[in-house]
Amino acid sequence: MRINMTSVFVDDQEKAHRFYTDVLGFRTKHDVDMGGGARWLTVVSPENPGGTELLLEPAGHPAVKPYRDALIADGIPLAQFAVDDVHAEYERLTALGVEFTQAPIEMGPVTTAVLDDTCGNLIQIATEAPAPA
Amino acid sequence: MVVVADVFKALADPTRRTILDELTERTGQTLFELCGRLTTRHGLASSRQAISQHLDVLEAAGLVETRREGRYKFHYLDTGPLEEITVRWLDRPGTPQTGTPQTGDSHTGTTHDIGAAGE
Repeated sequence: MRINMTSVFVDDQEKAHRFYTDVLGFRTKHDVDMGGGARWLTVVSPENPGGTELLLEPAGHPAVKPYRDALIADGIPLAQFAVDDVHAEYERLTALGVEFTQAPIEMGPVTTAVLDDTCGNLIQIATEAPAPA
Repeated sequence: MVVVADVFKALADPTRRTILDELTERTGQTLFELCGRLTTRHGLASSRQAISQHLDVLEAAGLVETRREGRYKFHYLDTGPLEEITVRWLDRPGTPQTGTPQTGDSHTGTTHDIGAAGE
C-alpha cells in the first residue's frame, strides 16, 4: 500500500490553483472538469513529479466550515510540506505577501512555520535537522 | 478587575510559568505553537485541552490576553499584573533606587532582603 494522494478542502479552486502553483511552486498534475463547476485538480512537487499528489478539493460540504474554523482559530495546520530551509521559504513567501500564523521556530528536531493558503487552510512547512554525524 | 490572589494562583503552577516563559520569547502565539513549544522544548505532553485551560487561568489573572485577529486566536503576554505587584511591595520609599536606607540604622537589612526576594 502506498500513499499516492492526499487532499485539502479549498474555498475556491481557481484561487487555490494559483496559490499552490504560482506562490508555493507546485505543478499541475491533473485538471479535469467534473461538471457542476467542480474540477479534479491535483498538484505535485516539481522535485518529485511522480510523487504524492495533493488534491485541491471543493469545500462545499456543510461540515467543512465548522471543522476548519475551529482548527484554524487554534492555529492548527491541515497539511505539511517539507522544505530545504524554512527560514529561506519564510523570507521568500513573506515577500510575496503570504501571511504566517507562526514564524519559523525550532521544535526539537524540526524547524517549522505555519502559513495561510488563502483558501481556508493553514499549512505547516518543515525542515528536519540533519542527523548528527 | 484582576485580583492579586488570582495572579499568585496563576503563577503557582509550573506549566503556566513555562507558558509565560515561551510567550516572553515571542508574544502573540496560537494554541498550536504554544503546545508545540511545550512538548518539544519542555517535554510537557499535556493535551491541547489542558493547555487551553491553563491559558484560561492566565487570562483570568490578566497575565495573558487572547485576541482574535481575522480567523485566528493569538495569545499575548501581559505583564501589567506583575507591575502592580512591584508597585505594591517593591517600588516604595526606602528601597535602593529611591533613598539612602542604610543611614544610621544598621540592623535593618531591609533593602537586601528585598533584593533577594526574587530568589
